[in-house]
Amino acid sequence: MEKTPFFHALSIDEDTCIGCSHCMKICPTEALRVRDGKAVLLPDRCIDCGNCFKVCPTRAIYVKQDDFEDIFNFPIRVALVPAVFMGQFPNEITVSRIYSILKELGFTHVLETESSIPIYTAAKNKYAAEYPDVKPLISTFCPAIVRLIQVKFPGLTENLIPLRAPLDITAMYIRRKIKEEMEVKDDQIGIFYITPCAAKIAAVKSPVGEEKSLVDGVINMDSLYNRVYKEIKKQGHGYKEQKLPVSQLSADGVLTSLTNGERRLSDAKHSYSIDEIHNVIEFLEKVENEEIEDVDFLELRACDQSCPGGILTCDNRFLMCERVFGRARKIADRERKGEQTKDHELEEERNYLMRHMKVGDIKPRSMLVLDDDIGVALEKMKKIDEYRARLPQTDCGICGAPTCDALARDIVCDNAELTDCVFIQRNLEARGNMDVQESLKIMEVIWGKAKMNDYVKNK
Amino acid sequence: MHLEYQVYEADFVNAGAASSAIKKTLKQLNVNPQIVKRVVVALYEAEVNAIAHAYGGMIYADIEPDKITVKVVDKGPGIPDIAWAMQEGNSTASPEVRNMGFGAGMGLPNIQKNVDKLNVTSTVGVGTTVEMEVNFA
Repeated sequence: MEKTPFFHALSIDEDTCIGCSHCMKICPTEALRVRDGKAVLLPDRCIDCGNCFKVCPTRAIYVKQDDFEDIFNFPIRVALVPAVFMGQFPNEITVSRIYSILKELGFTHVLETESSIPIYTAAKNKYAAEYPDVKPLISTFCPAIVRLIQVKFPGLTENLIPLRAPLDITAMYIRRKIKEEMEVKDDQIGIFYITPCAAKIAAVKSPVGEEKSLVDGVINMDSLYNRVYKEIKKQGHGYKEQKLPVSQLSADGVLTSLTNGERRLSDAKHSYSIDEIHNVIEFLEKVENEEIEDVDFLELRACDQSCPGGILTCDNRFLMCERVFGRARKIADRERKGEQTKDHELEEERNYLMRHMKVGDIKPRSMLVLDDDIGVALEKMKKIDEYRARLPQTDCGICGAPTCDALARDIVCDNAELTDCVFIQRNLEARGNMDVQESLKIMEVIWGKAKMNDYVKNK
Repeated sequence: MHLEYQVYEADFVNAGAASSAIKKTLKQLNVNPQIVKRVVVALYEAEVNAIAHAYGGMIYADIEPDKITVKVVDKGPGIPDIAWAMQEGNSTASPEVRNMGFGAGMGLPNIQKNVDKLNVTSTVGVGTTVEMEVNFA
């Protein structure tokens, strides 16, 4: 099992956090606790899905990103833009206009991430043909899903398709192409990915199954959206754009980051595409038990509506889906009429890219394991059961853990006390084994002095 | 560690509940994920057998540091010819049960494939007991 810590893109700003525990209650992997009135992230459990970010009322949870000015550390600056980025803007703002604004902002090259989809799809289908006995094969397109499987479904890590993501393939291609055409060295090229979510940042900063990422930096989609929109406003209504040649993304490529985008291109006979993390967890429980059989391929995405639902996108996800669809329809029309070929410029490098597609083993890193020694773990589990039986099963969260079960586990792992439970406190008080000052003290440790002070003083 | 679960006749809705609970336990014990998978697959089959072919029953699981032993005891018609039932494709499931996607005659053979020790005893008209053992190492 892998032991090195995860890099996390999500952080909590202690000064802004009001200790409301909304994040703790929504986290699908129970990776948050409240201590001293602040949310605390347990790094071994967090998969960077971003659910906590969405519910935080004070924006105390934020997504770390590289400084935009970092791009100017490189003479050649490439923006790798996913197709959903374009989907944030109204239809009258054309893709080529966004390309030209990105260049005005300082990028020397702009390329859409999904340019590599034809090659990515071919590689996946080839892999599936080579491993017909592994069922179901699970796509590694969504990095939050890869991490979810590592920590919560370790038995399914063997089912993950160990291939580079489209983002990495496109990065690999553009680096090679620029090096050849411009005769420059590696360190003169800076490739920056515009990310719709936290998980992709984590994947770039500590890639699973790879030693080093092919991308030099990550820029959050919302911050770049602001910069681009500012330029659009500056250009004003009467703006006449000069058409720039844009990379000829295929309709298939445009659709890939939407739900069903991969499944529709898969050779698999029986496949499912499932979005939203709780839906995925429910389905994987059944897959793990082999209650669902004869499935060849699973496309799983952590966000509702896939990438348009990413936490860093800037419009309603359904509106974005429709815009992305609209663009794909237009391209498909041109493809049908023969005005645009499905073959993309990446095709010239197909052989090279196909040879460099595989990543290393994706290892389990279970968050559930109580101890490496089964005997010790068994003892701990017995104790957990004992504590669980004494807890009220209300999952009220007043103890600073998301559920009674989580508290029982925390107690046995020496991260909490049974007296953290407010029901236990009342019982002890009734029996004369604890006084009110003591139980207030416990609440203070969990919820912070400020919260308790208020109540006491106001009395 | 001892765990017990009751299963009810024709309660297909909850088929898999006991296997899921035992899976959850094993995952916390650092048992190799591939071994967990074998246990769960075998147990799920046995659980469905008790639901589909018998009038319900009990599942007893004992987890020790080196192995898990599971006993599924059902009250039911029993199996007249165990050797016959152990062969792939042989099933006495009713058409209704088959329509629900169960009863393909893969139950006992599939259990056999996934466990280290299997013992099936049965008395016609009384019930069947399936005992299985999976080693952790």
